[in-house]
Formats: sequence, structure tokens, C-alpha cells
Amino acid sequence: MNAETSADWRDEIFEVLQTHDIKQVYHVPDAGHSRLIEHCQRSNSIRVVPLTTEEEGIALAAGAWLGGQRSALLMQSSGVGNTINMMGLTKTLRFPFLTLITMRGEWGEFNSWQFPMGQGTPKVLEAMGVLVYSVDKASEVKATVDAAARAAFNGGQSVAVLLRQKLIGIKDFGKKTSK
Amino acid sequence: MSKATLQRRPLVKKILGGADDDLLVIAGLGSSNWDITEAGDRPLNMPLWGAMGAPVSMGLGLALAQPAKRVLVITGDADLMMSLGSLATVATQQPENLAIVVLDNEKFGETGNQASHTSPRNNGPTDSGAGADLAMIAKGCGIADVGTVRDASEVPELVKAARTTKGPVFRLVKVIVEKLEFVMPPQDGAHLKDRFRQALLGRP
Repeated sequence: MNAETSADWRDEIFEVLQTHDIKQVYHVPDAGHSRLIEHCQRSNSIRVVPLTTEEEGIALAAGAWLGGQRSALLMQSSGVGNTINMMGLTKTLRFPFLTLITMRGEWGEFNSWQFPMGQGTPKVLEAMGVLVYSVDKASEVKATVDAAARAAFNGGQSVAVLLRQKLIGIKDFGKKTSK
Repeated sequence: MSKATLQRRPLVKKILGGADDDLLVIAGLGSSNWDITEAGDRPLNMPLWGAMGAPVSMGLGLALAQPAKRVLVITGDADLMMSLGSLATVATQQPENLAIVVLDNEKFGETGNQASHTSPRNNGPTDSGAGADLAMIAKGCGIADVGTVRDASEVPELVKAARTTKGPVFRLVKVIVEKLEFVMPPQDGAHLKDRFRQALLGRP
């Protein structure tokens, strides 16, 4: 497939969110999500709420569902650890929950501080009863996010999609001087 | 600073008086949950039994989803202290239909009345906190309509602020420490959610 003409996977995620009638999108910003966040901000049908910490997003999603709206939480793997106790709310209330997580601390990571939570992310999610979907190929992003949204909003599950670092690309700050 | 005089239960009963289908209520875990339940359990109450730090965010998500309804969050000082950032998040959205009432007894009331951060400083070995002012914090987070209620004469304005004033509204209410009966709503979270949605949306 020609990368120049094929749709960008970040644009495809936005389409999937629209298809599934997502009305509220919460985020602690991440470079891997920035293009998607901007799409959502420009949209007239999606309310974008920046968070101070990721756990706010779980409670917001519960409130949105109580009010009849679907939502999605965008975060980085480092934020998953902040949500653990609040993630229990998805089980206690049994409401559909969708989160899209950009991974750090794995493929080609340069920052040692990202590894502990990055490596712990799938285990933590599984421990809290969240279904974990994973994607590392651009061509499979759309189908994976769509399947996750179906499991969440049709199947009533709590679902996380891990957008692997191999997909996002190695973060590189270019030439740096170490002191 | 004057001592608190207000009792939480009669106060919450006044705030919720004549609640109709246009009032959606979320209460934080522990005392606030028992308070709204004593005032009268109803499907459009969402009393939390856990999820400390959740009520303000949950109220925001609900307020954004239901702009034509009034959303009232009632919670305690320690619950809010766990999620101070949620006040700034509320301020980014400026929901006109959201009111937050914090019942501040300056204690972790459910666990033995340990001093919370809103207790005064230098208040003895077991009752000292930071003197943290949640109303000032709310103001600093970007919520313009903020007030502190200490006296019975201020209660009518408090009820108005909670029920009808254009939001986002934040009121800190200093309440006395009391030993009160537990008045419990249903505990099952899925049931509480389903009955709330059934009453609001006509489907679980």
C-alpha cells in the first residue's frame, strides 16, 4: 500500500469514533494522540474535555453514560496507572467504556522513565477486568478500534486499545547534548 | 473564624426539597450518600459507595450529556480533596447546569473523624490540618460563582445556588461533626445506574 495515498490511521480512528456516535472525548494530551485530539476539537459533534489526571476520565465516562452519551478516553500508557482504582467503576456500574492508549516504554523507547508503567500497562488493565486489544500495524487500526467500540457499546464491556509504539513510531528528540 | 453551626441532614433535605425529574443528583461516598438518601431515595439520585474523588467528574460528564437538566453534586471535603484538578476541568467546560455543594466537616468522617486537610493548623495533636479553603481553591481553578456558607441565614441563598443559579456554581458549607444513623440506598452499582437511566432516558 502506498503510504502517500492510504488514509492515515489517526484520521481513521476519528471516523470510527464518529461512526459509533461518541459525543465526549477526554484526554491527557499525548504526542501520539495529538492529530486525533485536533480532529475532535474541530468537530461540531464531539465535546473535548482535557483532564488534569486520567482517572477523571473514567468518572466522566460514567456520568456521560448516565446521561445517555457515549465517550472515549485518550491517554498514554503512563496514565493507565493513575486510573486503577477508578477503573473499578466500569465493573461496579457495568457501563460501556472505551479507552485508546498510546504506548510508551516498549519498541525503541529512549526514556528509561517510561518503561515501568509501559511494561505494566497490559497487566494492570487485565487485572482490573478491562479487555485489552492491541494493534501495531497501521492497516489494522481502523478494524481494531471499530471492534473495540462494538465490544464496549454493543457488548457492554470495558475495552482498551493499545496503540503500540511500533505503530506510533520511535519518539526521537533529535540530537541532544547530555550533561 | 466562627465555628460551624449547620447540621448536614436537615440542610441536604432543604436543598433537595421538591426535587422533580429535572434534578439529577450525584453524592460522594460515605456521609453525603447517606444524607441524600435520608432526604428520600429516588431513581435520579446516584449515591456512590466507593470511587472516592469521582463525583465532580461524574457530575460534569452528566451535565454535558444533559444540558437541559440541573445536575447537583453533593460531596464531602475529603472526597473533593482527592480530585482538586476536577474543579479546573469543570472550569474548562463552564457547564451552566452544574452545581457543586461540598459539606465540609473538616474530618474524614467515615473512618474515625481524623482531621482532614480543611481542619485548622495548630489545632492540637489529633485535630490539626492545613486550613485548606476549598472555596478559594475552586475560585482559583476558574469557577467564578463561589461561596462559603456558615450560618442558617445563608441557607435560602444556598438552596437557590444549588437548584437554579446559572452554573458552574460552587458552595462550600461548613457543617458540624455529628454521629448520625446510616441511611442506605441500594448498593448494587449496576442497579443504581440502570434505574437512573430508566428514569431519565426511558431505557436502562
